[in-house]
Amino acid sequence: MTVWHVILIASIIVFALKLAGYLVPPSVLERPTPARVANLLTVALLAALTATQTLETAGGIVVDARVPAVLLAAVLYSLRVPFIVVVVAAAALAALIRLLGWLP
Amino acid sequence: MTQSDPDARPGADATGAAVRAALSVGIAVSAYGVSFGALGVAAGLDVWQTCLLSLFMFTGGSQFALVGVLASGGVAAGPAAIASAALLGIRNGLYSMRMSPVVGGPWWRRLLAAQWTIDESTAVAIAQPTLRGQRVGFWVTGALIYVGWNLTTLLGALLGDLVGDVRQYGLDAAAAAAFLGLLWPRLTARQPVAVAAAAAVIAAVLVPVLPAGAPVLVAAVVAIVVGVTNVLGSRTA
Repeated sequence: MTVWHVILIASIIVFALKLAGYLVPPSVLERPTPARVANLLTVALLAALTATQTLETAGGIVVDARVPAVLLAAVLYSLRVPFIVVVVAAAALAALIRLLGWLP
Repeated sequence: MTQSDPDARPGADATGAAVRAALSVGIAVSAYGVSFGALGVAAGLDVWQTCLLSLFMFTGGSQFALVGVLASGGVAAGPAAIASAALLGIRNGLYSMRMSPVVGGPWWRRLLAAQWTIDESTAVAIAQPTLRGQRVGFWVTGALIYVGWNLTTLLGALLGDLVGDVRQYGLDAAAAAAFLGLLWPRLTARQPVAVAAAAAVIAAVLVPVLPAGAPVLVAAVVAIVVGVTNVLGSRTA
C-alpha cells in the first residue's frame, strides 16, 4: 500500500458516505440512536486524535512542548478566539519553548 | 439587519440573509485550509497529494485524521488512517439525509451536492427559516468553501514545503491544536464531554501497546457504547 492508495481509497469511502445519505429514505434520521452514535463517534475520534497528537512519540507517549501548546489552545478556544489564530499561537508557543530549551 | 417589512419581499430577504451567513462562514473556514496544507506536507505527503485530498475528500475532520495518522505511523498505518477518515466521514451521511429535501431536483443535482455536504454548508442551511434560504445557504457556502479550502490548502502546502523541520516551528503542536478546535464546538453537553474525556484517556493509554492509528479506533468504541445505551444523555436526545 502506498500513500496514493491510502488517499484514493479513503477519498472514495468518504464520498460514498456523503452520497449514501441522499439515497436512503429520510425516515432513518427520525430514529434517535443512529444519529446519536454518529455524533458521539465524531466527538470520540476527535478527542482521541487530540490526545495522540499531543502525547504520541515513536513507540510511546511523552510530555514535550506540545502539552503546554495544547493547554494554551484550550484556553484560547474557551475565549472564542478564531481557529486559525489558535493554531498559529499553539505552534508559536511550542516553537518558543523548544528554542529556549525548556522542553523537548 | 434591514428595516423592510419581511412580508413584502420574503424571497429576497431570505436569500440575502443566507448569502451573508454563507460569506462569513465560508471565508472563516477557508482560512484554516492553510493549516491543513502545511500539516499535510509536514506529515510526509507531497504538495500534489495534499491538494488532491482537499479536492477529492473535502471534509476537514477526515483530512486532518488521515494525515495525522500517517504522520505518526507512516504508510504502515494506512489501513488505520483510512478507517479514521471513514469513521469521521459518517456524520456527512447524516447531513446528506438532512439536506436531501433541501437540495431536491434531479439525481445529478444530488450527486453534485454530495461532495459539498459538510459541517458548514449543512449548518448554514438549517439555520435559514425558509426553504429558499436553506437552498441558497447550502449551495453558496459549499461553493465558497470548496474554492477557498482548495486554494488555501495549496498555499499552506507550498509554505509547509519551505519549512524544513516540523518540530522546530511547532507544527506538531499545531496539529494537536487543530483537532482540539474541531472538537471544541461539539462539547455542548455532559454526554459528549464524558465521551471525549474517556476516548482521550483510552487512546493515550493504548499508544504504547498498539500500532500507530489503532488507539484512536479503539477509543471510538466509547461512542458506540454510550450512543446505544444513552447513558448521561437526556431522554429526548
